[in-house]
Amino acid sequence: MIKNISNLGDAALYCDFGDEVSREINSTVIRYFKNLKKKNIPGIINLTPSYNKLIVSFDLREVSFIKVKKIVENLDISEIPSEISKKIEIPVCCNDLFSLDIKRLEKKLSLNREKVYENFFGKEYFCYMTGFIAGMPFLGDLEKSMRVNRLETPRVKVPKGSVGLTEQFANIYTFESPGGWNIIGNTPLEIFDSSKIDDPNLISPGDIVTFKQISLEDHKNYNE
Amino acid sequence: MSSFFEIIRGGINTTFQDNGRNNLYHIGIPFSGVMDKRNYLLANSLVGSGINKPVIEFAYQGPLIRYKGNKINFVITGDVIFKIKKKENEIDGNCYESYTIEDGDQIDVISTNKSVYGYLAISGEFDINFQWGSCSINTKAYIGSNKGKKLQNNQKIKILNVHSNQKKILNYINTKVEKIRVIKGTNFNYFSSKGKKVFFEKEFTVSKLSDRMGMRLEGPNIENVVDTNIRSEGLIKGVIQVTAEGNPIIMLSDHGTIGGYPKIGVVISADYDKLVQLPPGSKLKFQEIELTEAENLFKIYEIETQNLILQLR
Repeated sequence: MIKNISNLGDAALYCDFGDEVSREINSTVIRYFKNLKKKNIPGIINLTPSYNKLIVSFDLREVSFIKVKKIVENLDISEIPSEISKKIEIPVCCNDLFSLDIKRLEKKLSLNREKVYENFFGKEYFCYMTGFIAGMPFLGDLEKSMRVNRLETPRVKVPKGSVGLTEQFANIYTFESPGGWNIIGNTPLEIFDSSKIDDPNLISPGDIVTFKQISLEDHKNYNE
Repeated sequence: MSSFFEIIRGGINTTFQDNGRNNLYHIGIPFSGVMDKRNYLLANSLVGSGINKPVIEFAYQGPLIRYKGNKINFVITGDVIFKIKKKENEIDGNCYESYTIEDGDQIDVISTNKSVYGYLAISGEFDINFQWGSCSINTKAYIGSNKGKKLQNNQKIKILNVHSNQKKILNYINTKVEKIRVIKGTNFNYFSSKGKKVFFEKEFTVSKLSDRMGMRLEGPNIENVVDTNIRSEGLIKGVIQVTAEGNPIIMLSDHGTIGGYPKIGVVISADYDKLVQLPPGSKLKFQEIELTEAENLFKIYEIETQNLILQLR
């Protein structure tokens, strides 16, 4: 449930679901998000769910903080059952060409290369949210033995398709972008496709993702 | 005869923009759209176009355009130095004054003057595509018309529904601001009383590392006593985050949808158009304001804009 609603500036609501990061809390955030989205309330122009917050931004010419706050407070989230989530397998190549931070991971985690991959692949990860850049999924939770901080100095350019790790989360760079996550490998799969107007994101909040290791050969030939 | 703009020089960051796109933050696609909305609406009003039509937005140095086709009107808004080159003469253009140009004429947008963004609107329609209901180009995400890229040298843009109409002039001057009004952010208490004081009392300078995504500021360090990171959460236009180094960064129209730095404040909606026009090197101060006051200031700002538009009907 929402613990507190405050204003973020004069044109957005900041719905706080607590400080904890858990699938349970995130599922509540997603239920609020989906219910509000479905209702298509005039004046509400954007919804941004994250681990434990939901930001509702609105057009100040049409509505105001007090009005939108009431709408959210009176929202009945029992109306729709939470949607069935998709299961998606992501192929990832960990050749030296792509596993850019493997040495750092080995050192920081005190694990050898094989063990790092073993702990990462074949596990189920939950998509908490998408964003930062278009379509980037935030997936969790990584095993405790796999948790590292972000790079001290972020890369100016992380290649498209890079799979990164930070703390208990994994993400995928949907296109070339600056970024500070530890890059473990690269997927040839198109995660964000802007030509798909209705559903450009392959992975949506609530989905379950697994990673499967592939060879350099398979990576090369994947889109042919 | 078909009409088009030949882009001889693209300029520094010349894009098509309109009101931007809604309801896509949750998949990571920002709002985009024009940076300075009032100047956008005035541009379209001055050429008698639909108020929400695509325009060309440029930053600093704008495009050099050769026009091919039937007579058409264009206007430039903002604070911009530009020339109109005709066969027989060359004239210095005035902002907020529409001009008729004909086949072979050139528009040379030399630069914005002590400001960042300018707008070029026409009495016709650019033949460009829309993505999620908007033509707005986001060059970082390759989204929008023109394949998500800024206007390139030597490209041609077709123009439809070309006509020319009566000259319109608006007597308007962009006021400069030094004070940006903000509402306290959701992590305001992450900062020490000294840090809060610095934020509201000291002067900050707009950094060169500013673009349509964000405006970085340089100045005295804003001391954080809780944590320089928060759990990643949503952002909106105008949010002021403070990075681990203690410098503020303001989210602008193409901002990333999620961020992990504490939010010290949010720029009020009424001051956004003025904020984005501050070029690198500008000095600014933040002033705290309450929500109800911010809402009233926005109403006043909107009424002013609407009154300017009404003058042009």
